[in-house]
Amino acid sequence: MQSAGTEIAARAIGIIDQFKNLEGPLLPILHGLQEEFGYVPPESLPIVAQALNISRAEVHGVFTFYHDYRDHPAGRHVLKLCRAEACQSMGGDALAALAKQQLGIDWHQTTSDEAVTLEPIYCLGLCACAPAAMLDGEVIGRLDAEKLEEIVAEVRL
Amino acid sequence: MTVTIFIPRDSGALALGADKVAQKVEAIIRERGLDARIVRNGSRGMYWLEPLVEVETPRGRVAYGPVKPSDVAALFDSGLLEGGVHALSLGLTEELPFLARQTRLTFARCGITDPVSLEDYRRLGGLAGLEAALAMNPADIVAQVTESGLRGRGGAGFPTGIKWKTVLDTASPQKYIVCNADEGDSGTFADRMIMEGDPFVLIEGMVIAGIAVEATKGYVYIRSEYPHAIAVMNEAIAVARAAGVLGAAVLGSNRAFDMEVRVGAGAYVCGEETALLESLEGRRGIVRAKPPLPAHKGLFGRPTVINNVISLASVPIILDKGAAFYKNFGMGRSRGTIPLQIAGNVKHGGLFEAAFGLTLGEIVEDIGGGTASGRPVKAVQVGGPLGAYFPVSLFDTPFDYEAFAARDGLIGHAGLVVFDDSVDMLKQARFAMEFCAVESCGKCTPCRIGSTRGVEVVDRLAANVEPEKQIEVLTDLCNTMKFGSLCALGGFTPYPVMSALTHFPDDFRPAPLAVAAE
Repeated sequence: MQSAGTEIAARAIGIIDQFKNLEGPLLPILHGLQEEFGYVPPESLPIVAQALNISRAEVHGVFTFYHDYRDHPAGRHVLKLCRAEACQSMGGDALAALAKQQLGIDWHQTTSDEAVTLEPIYCLGLCACAPAAMLDGEVIGRLDAEKLEEIVAEVRL
Repeated sequence: MTVTIFIPRDSGALALGADKVAQKVEAIIRERGLDARIVRNGSRGMYWLEPLVEVETPRGRVAYGPVKPSDVAALFDSGLLEGGVHALSLGLTEELPFLARQTRLTFARCGITDPVSLEDYRRLGGLAGLEAALAMNPADIVAQVTESGLRGRGGAGFPTGIKWKTVLDTASPQKYIVCNADEGDSGTFADRMIMEGDPFVLIEGMVIAGIAVEATKGYVYIRSEYPHAIAVMNEAIAVARAAGVLGAAVLGSNRAFDMEVRVGAGAYVCGEETALLESLEGRRGIVRAKPPLPAHKGLFGRPTVINNVISLASVPIILDKGAAFYKNFGMGRSRGTIPLQIAGNVKHGGLFEAAFGLTLGEIVEDIGGGTASGRPVKAVQVGGPLGAYFPVSLFDTPFDYEAFAARDGLIGHAGLVVFDDSVDMLKQARFAMEFCAVESCGKCTPCRIGSTRGVEVVDRLAANVEPEKQIEVLTDLCNTMKFGSLCALGGFTPYPVMSALTHFPDDFRPAPLAVAAE
């Protein structure tokens, strides 16, 4: 039986091979890793560096620059609430406060039952049906307290 | 005859339940054995009516909205397939005032067709611009675009033709067309709508750009917050490639052009063109110093046209109908049409494409119908998080690049976010600084440090600590950021801050205590 580390390495190499011949392959590789694992395993970064013949520092720098990439798994669900101006104008701040209170967590945190991770997002392009949110990639418009409470109940099941 | 029912697949419609409506419609068609089919179109841009269901009738398309899944059975009972009358009836779509008043050039097909049907695209005039371009030499294509007066719709308003000419005149074995689809500004969704609703018009625009400057490879850099736009673009690119619109012989000519989608990773600053190029190359999205211009040394050091989605999507109609046709719309040095995105606390939010020149007041009160909350309008932020807040007293400002600049604002990507009188402008100014601090790439000091100091100064102001001094410091800080930053992130953050401070001074000076401290 393979150790967890070797198994991650083998899967990472598969992803890297898929993208490494693209022009500018680093972001597609990191996206690919995150899709495969749900996060970018820190142990995969040196493998990426070696495959692309760049330094580990450079890969680390890119990985940490972008908000999308995680270095640890998220909860079973990810709830993103838009914090940008159009959503603010329709009461987005109050909804964010309600979500935090109902889930008992702050931004970027995961509930202790690992049910849900709460993340801020700056604009989903749903500004004409604000406030907007995204639950596991599904877009939600005209969010209100009632809908939010339904979502919270649903994700905690 | 099979009746066609249109239910949008635009993410705005999906966010309001369009998929569930479509499932319900499909179930009823099956149960009742009706001769009807569903087409998932783009959005017409009237988001207060989404999900907007349309039915093709001999009189034209009849609209119903906003439709909930629970309304569907009753709609069929009222004769939906014949365009029958129901409480949700809106009449003929084309006659709805919000649509009838528009001049849809760039968005001519958006919401009308199946976004990934190349047959629909051709039937409604698509590819005519590309066919015209293929019969021209590159310099003439560039001249047409220059002559049309088209300016970069991403915000900077730089003449598109001039940019293209620079790339055409720069010799290189490889050149690139990069489409900036990192539409991160709050209040803007035109790029998303066109990519989801009429992706071929962007593809066609990019191919024309490629032929015009002799570039053979294109990238669309789409933000990761737009999963539906990414999916539709990928689907459309595959269709275009299979049909020979993309590939080694574009429409059977001897010109080659191919393109692919690249996905961003949640960094707002990558909407800045040089940061976007860095990101495409696989690096941190750090802004580059200019010169060299991307037109000389862009992607991988090669001459690169980098344009916004709407700029590129406006090119096909210019090549099809001619520069003079396009130029005929607009005012002053702002030519053609602009897709206004009316958003935030507004009754009739959506996309309204019109010639330049409408006043801000007409857009907000007349077209947008005032606030959704029914309270008075207090401020309108124009041009995204880096745009100025305009008070009602400036509602006579015409929508034009120069007119907005003259009043210390910018039209940016033409997004307008309406706020009612419950908004606290000090809080909005703080948010602008906070956002800049979160999203700064860190390369230049005024933006990296200035934004953090800005948040602190606004906080002291909120706490009423020597307010006059704080206002002086904030003004000075904004001046430094405006003139000392490398790109628009640090350089334009002063717009929302200073406009809030200038136009809404009461929000920055808390009421003095009843008894003054000795």
